[in-house]
Amino acid sequence: MAREVMEGSQAVARIVANCDVKVIAAYPITPQTHIVQELAKMHADGLIDCEFVNVEAEFSAISAILGATAAGARSFTATSSQGLALMHEVVFAAAGMRLPLVMVIANRALSAPINIWNDHQDSIAERDSGWIQIYCESVQEVVDSVVQAYKIAENKNVLLPVMVCMDGFYLTHVYEPVEIPPKSKVHKFLGKFNYPYKLDPKKPLTMGPLGFPADYARLRKQLAEAVWNSKKVIKEVHDIYAKQFGRVYGDGLLEVYGDGSIALVAMGSVCGTIKDMIDKDELKDVCLVRIRTFRPFPKDEIVEVLKDRDAVVVLDRNISLGNAGAVYLEVRDALYDEKDKPKVVDFVVGLGGVDVNKATLNYVVEKARTVKSGHVEIVDGSEVSSSY
Amino acid sequence: MPKTKDLPGGIIIDVGSTARNKTGSWRTFRPVVDLEKCTGCGICEKFCPEGCITIKKVKGYDKPKCTIDYDYCKGCLICMEECPFKAISSVVESK
Repeated sequence: MAREVMEGSQAVARIVANCDVKVIAAYPITPQTHIVQELAKMHADGLIDCEFVNVEAEFSAISAILGATAAGARSFTATSSQGLALMHEVVFAAAGMRLPLVMVIANRALSAPINIWNDHQDSIAERDSGWIQIYCESVQEVVDSVVQAYKIAENKNVLLPVMVCMDGFYLTHVYEPVEIPPKSKVHKFLGKFNYPYKLDPKKPLTMGPLGFPADYARLRKQLAEAVWNSKKVIKEVHDIYAKQFGRVYGDGLLEVYGDGSIALVAMGSVCGTIKDMIDKDELKDVCLVRIRTFRPFPKDEIVEVLKDRDAVVVLDRNISLGNAGAVYLEVRDALYDEKDKPKVVDFVVGLGGVDVNKATLNYVVEKARTVKSGHVEIVDGSEVSSSY
Repeated sequence: MPKTKDLPGGIIIDVGSTARNKTGSWRTFRPVVDLEKCTGCGICEKFCPEGCITIKKVKGYDKPKCTIDYDYCKGCLICMEECPFKAISSVVESK
């Protein structure tokens, strides 16, 4: 299949159009705007046969697609930052109701100060919601992950919503050669959306009932198990997709690149920069461990690839204020039971769009060699010499 | 909720199961109808937010009267407020 050069957001719109989506509801917000704009244009031009709901805010956007999914329609929305924060209430409800929504997040910092640039704070703030979260490295991976997301979400043993996270600007606005899998092939891969409990006047049912304490706890336990168990399906879907479409992203949960004794653990587009530096031998003795699914967290898999390293250096594009970066906290927790555990350190980088370039990565790796385990540092950019 | 196997997200396909939850036990004030004053006009029936009032034939009277379903009446007393004939009063619920 041929590759075309296009903007990341356009690629998202084009793959969504190929996924047999019946309802789209979204509200534009930087840096997600081009996705919605492109979808609206395609809908106006008659290129997508679906309902396009123009809503007044993100709360309505996700509410509309929650309702549409409940009625058995495959649906789509996308948002960023404050928009995702406004969706917060319904984000939790969608997972609790086990509705297989798919949403693309153009990752952007949260206020204040107001900032339109990239970090992962918006989606990390939703990590406890019960959504599956896939963090992508390239536009091609976003395209492939959107297709996989529907397949994973709609699996009858999963029935969970999925966020496909792409770095704002770095991926949404970049022009890259991308292959958009054709409609016929995607339809065949996904099959028809057949939600087993959809709203139907002929077969009345109750969704989202009141849960008294015992009912609530039992159903939350069921939800927690569903998220844990989704790991198996994510891997299976990744493997089947890889066979049919020819692209592999680690094992679907985690990707290891290189074999140095210092592991850089990261998510998102920065992994491209790290891979390039490893290829050019610009980072001595370093390998990359890329977390693709932050939820469910690939705990066992991560222990397996990290336990025998000398040092684990986590790059967090977010911070849980009052403690440390979210990825670091979970990686460190995962390694707790290991006998000869490596040193684990955290560098919070790229907040609000601060560039994480080769100089930053060089600084982080060199600093990591000298500090003790447990070191947490927020790199605001002033530490890094521009003369790399 | 039904004690049968949970469906994902707590979906209930057992239609009408809410009726098993007798919400009348939440009541603090019980509306009481004075059948002598009640004309059976039906205003209370229209206003009752829980659909607990029906105007129907009552023993000893020729005209239909206000009848309250105490299994589900939560005692909001909107009926008492709206009755143009002051035919509904309230008493504090006690065992």
